[in-house]
Amino acid sequence: MRTLEVVTTGPSALVQDLGRPGHAHLGVPPSGALDQAALRLANRLAGNPEHAAGIEATFGGLVVRAATSCTAAVTGAPVAVTVDGRGRGSHVPIHLRPGQELAIGTPSRGLRCYLAVSGGIIVEPELGSRSRDVLSEIGPPPLRDGDVLPLGQATGIPAGADTLAPPAPPDELTVPVTLGPRDDWFDVTGLSAAWTVTAESNRIGLRLDGTPLDRVAERAGTELPSEGILTGAIQVPPNGLPVVFLADHPTTGGYPVVAVVRPGSLSALAQARPGTTLRFRSSG
Amino acid sequence: MRWLRYGEHGALVECGSLAEAGALRAVLADAHHPDVVELVPGARTVLLAVRPGSAALGELRELAESADLDHPPAGEPSEIEIDVHYDGEDLELVARTAGIGVDEVVELHTGAEYTVAFTGFAPGFGYLTGLPEPLRQSRLDSPRTRVPAGSVAVAGEFAGIYPRSSPGGWRLLGHTDTVLFDPKADRPALLTPGDRVRFRKAS
Repeated sequence: MRTLEVVTTGPSALVQDLGRPGHAHLGVPPSGALDQAALRLANRLAGNPEHAAGIEATFGGLVVRAATSCTAAVTGAPVAVTVDGRGRGSHVPIHLRPGQELAIGTPSRGLRCYLAVSGGIIVEPELGSRSRDVLSEIGPPPLRDGDVLPLGQATGIPAGADTLAPPAPPDELTVPVTLGPRDDWFDVTGLSAAWTVTAESNRIGLRLDGTPLDRVAERAGTELPSEGILTGAIQVPPNGLPVVFLADHPTTGGYPVVAVVRPGSLSALAQARPGTTLRFRSSG
Repeated sequence: MRWLRYGEHGALVECGSLAEAGALRAVLADAHHPDVVELVPGARTVLLAVRPGSAALGELRELAESADLDHPPAGEPSEIEIDVHYDGEDLELVARTAGIGVDEVVELHTGAEYTVAFTGFAPGFGYLTGLPEPLRQSRLDSPRTRVPAGSVAVAGEFAGIYPRSSPGGWRLLGHTDTVLFDPKADRPALLTPGDRVRFRKAS
């Protein structure tokens, strides 16, 4: 069997594919790569279908060893990538011979890097996906040093020499949102103020700090019966500090959702490291 | 019934009651619309997410507004019996609060038929309606940091079972050995919205 060995995980390395949407009514979050555009690109570069499972490495630091000949690609946050110590760059297909080690450095900007390997990682799926869901603890456990991961058969053709410039995540993000469903509970002008991403953020959600969002007088102290939550929902707990729910979000919650991030901006949020400033802009 | 926007590809439908939300969920589920990505009932709401570019939201709204919510489709609910060992830490407290004996708590709890109204909190956790009035009691003032998996509990108008160990503030009546959630199974969650549940006293 083709395999890939995890030499060092770095701060956090999780197997991720495009997740398991469609199970929220069972209490199961969608999960999946937070920066889906980056995982899809890594897979194309490695000659895989876009939905193949790769590794999401937060703050880089991942080192893997190829047990068999394969094509790899690293995307997401711009980062140094080396093979046996030689610089190779991110966002390009990289051929690995058996025994060669690929190392991902620490990204200077952004947060999450994605490693795809030809054939994809084929650990046992759960509910149709190989994604690790950190809230529900469904899917393959967080990777550990020394793990040996099974790879599928390489079938596609790596996307040749199309070198793509890595995006540089900005220090300040403007995030387009759709107001509602509970925008009438708040003075929504506060959304466009500057919010700072805090270190308590994770795959469940981005926790923000800033000037607390005020409820309108007639909603002060009102309790909300539990209602469904979708990825990108901006939920406002009683302290007025929003949480933007990401892929491993709870499926229902009892605090009002003031607005929902437009799907096209979720990848940028996945790369927003603590300290990043963001502003919400309502559009339509 | 009020349709609220929920992002670019979703809608949150606010209903007048838990029963109406349950009926609406049944109507929307019965349509088996191929473009529905998520259909998530809540305590007073139903959340819909559809494929980008689909006309499903409009079509389902039309369907919902013309539906007879007093007579929702029955669907194909599973009938589930769960054996309970009535040895919960709060059994005495629940009896005392209700002003009845422990035996009567067990009789009330096993005598009722419950419906899975919605899920959440953890995979496989169902909020069950149908709890007899005397057992409708508030959450504990101070939640436990760890409730064991399989704990059978009540809070407010709901009964429930903890699928796995977690923090929790519900009052514990007992425990079951039944597996509530197994991500490797063909049917991962024992309880899905609309299912009927009965509790049985384990011998």
